Amino acid sequence: MRKMWRNMLLSVSSLALAAGCSSAPTSSPQDQAKPVQAEATAPKQEEKVDLTFFYPVAVGGPLTKIVDDMAEQFNQEHPNIQVKPVYTGSYQDTTTKIQAAVQGKNPPDVAVMLSTELFTMLDMDAVLPLDDFIAKDGGSEYINDFYPGFMANSQTEGKTYSIPFQRSTIVLYYNKDAFREVGLDPEKPPQNWDELVEYSKKLKKDGRWGVEIPTSGFPYWMFQAFALQNGKNLMSEDGKKVYFETPENVEALQLWVDLAKKHQVMPEGVIEWATVPSDFLEGKTAMMYHTTGNLTNVKSNAKFDFGVAYLPAKQNFGSPTGGGNFYMFKGIDESKQEASWKFIRWMTEPERAAQWSIDTGYVATRKSAYETDKMKQYVTEFPAAAVARDQLEFAHAELSTHNNGKVSKAFNDALQSAVTGQSEPAAALKKAQEEADKVLAPFNK
Amino acid sequence: MGKTNIYAWLLLLPSLIFLILFTFYPVLKTLVLSFYQADLGSPEPFFIGMENYQRMMEDDVFWKVLKNNLWFALGTVPTSMALALGMALFANKVLRGKGFVRTAFFYPTVVPMIAVANIWLFIYTPEYGAISQLLQWLGQGQINWLGDQTFVMWAMVIMVIWKEAGYFMIFYLAGLQNISEEMYESASMDGAKPWTVFRRVTFPLLMPTTLFVMVIAVTNSFKLVDHLVIMTKGGPDNASNLLLYYIFETAFSFWDQGMASALTIVMVVLLLLLAAFQFFGLDKKIHYN
Amino acid sequence: MLKRLSDASMYILAMLWIFPLLWGFWTAFRPRHMATSWTFSFEFTLDNFAKVWAGAPFAQYYWNTFLIVTGILIVQLVTATLAAYAFAKMKFWGKDVLFLLFLVQLMVPADILLFPNYNVLRDLSLLDTKLGIMMPYFASAFGIFLLRQTFKTIPHELEEAARMEGCSWWQIVWKVYVPLARPTYVAFGLVSVSYHWNNFMWPLIITNSIENRPLTVGLAIFAQSFETGAQWAEVTAATTMVIMPLLLAFLLFQRQFLNSFMHSGIK
Repeated sequence: MRKMWRNMLLSVSSLALAAGCSSAPTSSPQDQAKPVQAEATAPKQEEKVDLTFFYPVAVGGPLTKIVDDMAEQFNQEHPNIQVKPVYTGSYQDTTTKIQAAVQGKNPPDVAVMLSTELFTMLDMDAVLPLDDFIAKDGGSEYINDFYPGFMANSQTEGKTYSIPFQRSTIVLYYNKDAFREVGLDPEKPPQNWDELVEYSKKLKKDGRWGVEIPTSGFPYWMFQAFALQNGKNLMSEDGKKVYFETPENVEALQLWVDLAKKHQVMPEGVIEWATVPSDFLEGKTAMMYHTTGNLTNVKSNAKFDFGVAYLPAKQNFGSPTGGGNFYMFKGIDESKQEASWKFIRWMTEPERAAQWSIDTGYVATRKSAYETDKMKQYVTEFPAAAVARDQLEFAHAELSTHNNGKVSKAFNDALQSAVTGQSEPAAALKKAQEEADKVLAPFNK
Repeated sequence: MGKTNIYAWLLLLPSLIFLILFTFYPVLKTLVLSFYQADLGSPEPFFIGMENYQRMMEDDVFWKVLKNNLWFALGTVPTSMALALGMALFANKVLRGKGFVRTAFFYPTVVPMIAVANIWLFIYTPEYGAISQLLQWLGQGQINWLGDQTFVMWAMVIMVIWKEAGYFMIFYLAGLQNISEEMYESASMDGAKPWTVFRRVTFPLLMPTTLFVMVIAVTNSFKLVDHLVIMTKGGPDNASNLLLYYIFETAFSFWDQGMASALTIVMVVLLLLLAAFQFFGLDKKIHYN
Repeated sequence: MLKRLSDASMYILAMLWIFPLLWGFWTAFRPRHMATSWTFSFEFTLDNFAKVWAGAPFAQYYWNTFLIVTGILIVQLVTATLAAYAFAKMKFWGKDVLFLLFLVQLMVPADILLFPNYNVLRDLSLLDTKLGIMMPYFASAFGIFLLRQTFKTIPHELEEAARMEGCSWWQIVWKVYVPLARPTYVAFGLVSVSYHWNNFMWPLIITNSIENRPLTVGLAIFAQSFETGAQWAEVTAATTMVIMPLLLAFLLFQRQFLNSFMHSGIK
């Protein structure tokens, strides 16, 4: 009887183990089905470095393949390094994954994530400064080749923590055919907020909106463009203060509300990020604010003549930058650090930056990328591709603070609350400001 | 201790280990952590007493998600249970097309919530979705279901009722099978009308099932948040946010572990209170035979 | 009259219920540019499926989900059978308290304890493993209660008789209790499999790698990956792929499933 019990328990525990799959099967009970043979571990090659590389591809689909292929090519060129790319979903998913992995003391070696996660990553003590690697390999010639607008979210207190990779700004897409139809000059997109309203009113008709500005997911990014156009960014450079509640921002938010409620040239309520391009391509909106990351999509799917322009200005032009940078993580050994750096360096070569930009519509991150033959040719054939780059002159850092998740949520909530008519712009911004101040208080001690 | 004692405990041991490891131990640990400040601003957690709970009381979002969750429960539980009972009564009869009807009601149960969310997101989308098309056909304007604070909760409630009613239906079907024919026969001898039979015989005898289904339904209304990830992320301005999703955000987006712990404790206490109410409050009113 | 009206409304309800599925299928097989248009035509394509299949490692996701679901079910069946037998047929010290403890799990399921259990798994170094996804579900109070209910209805004489014939305890359980409780096992199996096939939040949190990512998480990541705009055709195709296996299994075996349910002692 006693023996039977022992067997029972053994079989229970062995089942638990066998079901685990990833855990190596241990000694097995006699009468159970034969456990799966442990996979023969591949003979270890000497000094071979394995890297885990987390990346989001916000543009989805086959583009995961582009990154996988790039990693594959890198692996072939560097026999001692084996990069294993892991597609981790959207930017948000990727950030969550990385934070969780860091907390679990098992961070990836290298990753692409939002440039704005810098302060959060520093708070978690998760990322390595890259200055030593830059100094050894490439120096200022390398790092200064990146557009300053893109580097703004990479650096703090004199150190560089990330390298721009998949970067964007917001641009205005407009339907030239619709412009012609209502008697507007298709080569003259709206230059300022007044014209934005005026043109939208003209373009609006049954079944077509004048303009759409997405407000789901991360409305702060869209709003930031308006804040910048009206004079000032939303946060201090050290990420410890935010400036949500300003008369300029109230004015900007009022414009959003008015576009929908007063002028009725934009749909009411929250506008879904993902359906805005569909609306544009289907002719359901004549203009849209969207990421340059959409350029290639619009180019290949628009059945009409379209234009790409700077966002309309108020006091000046302006757009935040956006998108993902390369980070390297703490707690990995030196050989992995070296290998990671090689990978980052390789992935950000001008040729590759150019190709990436052509494939996706993202802005090539380096000036020299625009000097490459293929990029020159591409821009000549398709001048719209240069708009986002040229707008970089007016681009600034994306909203990024300590405790970024909470601060941006407070702000997003406020924006949505105003857009859905639940609170007045001034009141909404005031609330967001108070909330953010509270969250940031510990960092201002 | 007798031999039986040891055997019984040994039999229970495997279950008990996992129960302790993944229910009781984590809850206790979380309770402790809820008294600590443990977030991005404090690398080393330190004791702060009730401060997390105090902050929670002052947190508008917390109250909003709590309120939402109560509305969500009120919206989904009674309706889906009533529908489930109706479906079961109908599907229990011998009728043509019974199999089809039963399948139609039940199949959402075996479809992942995350897949459901994808399809319904499409259904609710203005301009392209099914509802929008229907409204256009009727000559009505667009409704931005998920982008409007007044509609978004309705949209969620409708979807969840669709998802859950069929699941509850099978419990009622099982319950109906257990009511003996004699009960009905004696009722019909008295010449009672169908409604009276239902009210006097069927419904009271189904009370244990109703209680069981209610426990599941209430728990589910706190547990189901998968769709938020796909459809709204809790927006607009937390109008569709629910307690568990807020815990998820607090824990894994903000890394405020102290607050996430405090919220989890509130959730656990809430569920236990609800359960206690259902068992000790309602149970007494049920007549078992 | 009233009866007819109520019957008719049930048929209408059933049509409404089936609509989302049909519409999803329809869209999945439509050419991409037609996904959002309501003009009727007979153009169908498998392109969307091809794209989805190439766009994400769904084969791997299927395999992962399969392993996770089976692993959980096997362990649950064993742990629940043992515990249910003890609760149903034995008198022992602390029975009531223990029973109450298990009851708590019914009220506070592991899904609620996302954050606490994440910490436990971190301490066990089991993040991003299949075992980690499965473990919190190894003990199922629901399964224990179901089986206990059924075991209770099995007369003690049967066990006695088997014992007379020299059956060991294990054989008694295997030859007497398990066969007699078959409907309950099937019903519980259905609940468990569909539950874990559909589970999302927990694996979302604890998996990083493709090797461990189940279908639901893969689908969510795939559906959320379109920054360039909604790709209804692809997303519905992916959704269809995820739904299909379980739905087909259900349609094939629905009579058995539902009958098991009704005779499983669930009251």
